[in-house]
Amino acid sequence: MRHLLSTTELSREAAIELLDISEDMAAVADRENKKLPALRGKTVVNLFFEDSTRTRISFEAAAKRLSADVINFSAKGSSVSKGESLKDTAQTLSAMGADAVVIRHGASGAPAVLAASGWIDAGIINAGDGTHEHPTQALLDAFTMRRRIHGAGSRGKGLDGVSVTIVGDIVHSRVARSNVWLLKTLGAHVRLVAPATLLPVAVDSWPVTIDYDLDHALAESTPDVIMMLRIQQERMNDAFFPNPREYANVWGLSTARWAKLPATSLVMHPGPMNRGLEISSAAADSPQSTVLEQVANGVSVRMATLYTVLTSTREVSA
Amino acid sequence: MSTSSYLIRGATIGAGATTDILTHGNVITAMGSGLDAAGAVVIDAQGLVALPGLVDLHTHLREPGYEQSETVLTGTQAAAIGGFTAVFAMANTNPVADTAGVVEQVLALGEAAGYATVRPIGAVTQGLDGQRLAELGAMATSRAQVRVFSDDGKCVSDPLLMRRALEYVKSFDGVIAQHAQEPRLTENAQMNEGEVSARLGLTGWPAVAEESIIARDVLLAEHVKSRLHICHLSTAGSVEVIRWAKARGINVTAEVTPHHLLLDEERAETYDSRFKVNPPLRRREDVLALREALADGTIDIVATDHAPHPSESKECEWGAAAFGMVGLESALSVVQETMVETGLLNWDDVARVLSITPARIGSLSTHGQPLTVGAPAHITLVDPNTRQTFSRQRLAGRSLNSPFLGLELPGRVMATLHQGYATVLDGILIESDIVAAHAEAVRRG
Ligand SMILES: [Zn+2]
Repeated sequence: MRHLLSTTELSREAAIELLDISEDMAAVADRENKKLPALRGKTVVNLFFEDSTRTRISFEAAAKRLSADVINFSAKGSSVSKGESLKDTAQTLSAMGADAVVIRHGASGAPAVLAASGWIDAGIINAGDGTHEHPTQALLDAFTMRRRIHGAGSRGKGLDGVSVTIVGDIVHSRVARSNVWLLKTLGAHVRLVAPATLLPVAVDSWPVTIDYDLDHALAESTPDVIMMLRIQQERMNDAFFPNPREYANVWGLSTARWAKLPATSLVMHPGPMNRGLEISSAAADSPQSTVLEQVANGVSVRMATLYTVLTSTREVSA
Repeated sequence: MSTSSYLIRGATIGAGATTDILTHGNVITAMGSGLDAAGAVVIDAQGLVALPGLVDLHTHLREPGYEQSETVLTGTQAAAIGGFTAVFAMANTNPVADTAGVVEQVLALGEAAGYATVRPIGAVTQGLDGQRLAELGAMATSRAQVRVFSDDGKCVSDPLLMRRALEYVKSFDGVIAQHAQEPRLTENAQMNEGEVSARLGLTGWPAVAEESIIARDVLLAEHVKSRLHICHLSTAGSVEVIRWAKARGINVTAEVTPHHLLLDEERAETYDSRFKVNPPLRRREDVLALREALADGTIDIVATDHAPHPSESKECEWGAAAFGMVGLESALSVVQETMVETGLLNWDDVARVLSITPARIGSLSTHGQPLTVGAPAHITLVDPNTRQTFSRQRLAGRSLNSPFLGLELPGRVMATLHQGYATVLDGILIESDIVAAHAEAVRRG
């Protein structure tokens, strides 16, 4: 794997292998000495054009546990926001000898442009691009589901037959996109629930079931996993929904809705949460909630990603 | 400089017969076989198709104001190499072409350069701001004799202003060329809204944003009995609206760009911003519907929407990249590929959609005349039998943002005569000082 840009690029075998390597990495985290020498001498640049302390720290911890050198390049507020281009920044990082660039960018496709540009030879890892994808988030979500469902017997397994209901702002969500493709690849059944304004117009071409009504969706089939997406309140200004109260009433995982779910249904959220809007505190803090595990698993999955990208044999460019 | 005379030997006139063509000055003086070459430069045109000089109703020459992208000189050089002898220059320059002064300046720059006849298009509204009418009458009566008015780049979205503009230009038989894009439905739009945009996470530019404006404007044109032209039609739905309007007798014409005839939205898959354009590349069904509509006359003409940008405006992430593509140099090859090779048009039809009809829509009587004795000597000779990878060497303007680089395309312009003198010979551009001297000689008569 030269780059990780999108979960559409992952075959079932490649995805399961990444999850299995993540299990190895998680085992390291349980040891007294949490550090592996695997990436000693490699330089990983965290290139963040958008603020995301959570994701940056997760990648930083992952790189350091593998003994890589880490450079944090926060492009926000620097020369980049004053007009320096992605091209100039990439060439600067190339000159610094970056072996991998972890990029978070507000524009969809920026990591793909970087990977195809020839401006830099490093492996590119997409840490969230615009409203496109966030592949390591989907991998850590899948990892979390697999561990909860299969426990110690997770290795080698997919998510065949697992029903996952994703609720919220699908159209603007890179997390939703990456999850839809990866979950499909791993054999899960995905249902998307949102008002039609927050679904892409062409969503009927996606390998998912659609529902506009959360109560209807939950009545029709009990999900093994319910994933609540963060809703941005400002969306109401663009007429995506009337107001937060109506949104919470119809599409929020309220305490009442949560209470009707069986104890086996996992409650997930990529964070940060709007408690009381898309998710109630009772649901977020329940034993079914995986919110904190997701954070811990994020480091393992990112270790596996960095390891795989940085140890892949470079194809000779054609 | 002495008056030019050319003897074009053995050219095929459009889809018809093979003949020699003799020019003297800016006039075709004889046609037939075995014409006397005395005093004339002979061009061997065996196997070449002769077309009346091509006319582009939709060109962005960028001057004044954006000379790093293109100038009147470099843009008309691109036109000449593409076989064009006249271009209509869009008004979104800086300053905007919304006064007699600016359109006369652009006209004069075109006359001095000499590579093609430059007809300025006037802005509909002052500064393209969509608020108040520009000085339409002053531009019409200026030396530039503006007849086409457009806020292209922006839509005249205010329905009342659009109505008034349509009415106002009736007094000098003007036409409003509408860039049909409902602004609220396309805020931050990046590409066609559909399956691909949903997957790529790019904000969609829905077909309805174009179709709803066209529907409104054909009804307005009918109501005030004026003349309307629709720029760069891009969707199958827009074709249906135009077809309906024409059946109803509404005085509307429509154009399609070469890129919308060839390329579809799948090109955005790699986020390569050379394929970012406004209106966006659409679905394959739309591409095929546009070809059918051009073949059956629902769409009247091909116009390039030649939109040069410097490399830094395209070497970046999709969202930050500029909209637009250069198109003058590749237009005829793309039309041959999509319309002639497919059997949808013959070369007479090509003359109609790329010369005769665009000249008529733009009220440019000196161009777009069939090649006959007495007609002006604007002549394009194309070799239809070659097939080549379209490369940077084929670009003659200042910018390189062509979506066709690397594609194999048929046809090549071998010679272009503009008002009787050559701007291109043997597929090579004639030097600018020679062309300028010829142009000056023509002006002096
Ligand atoms: Zn336009």
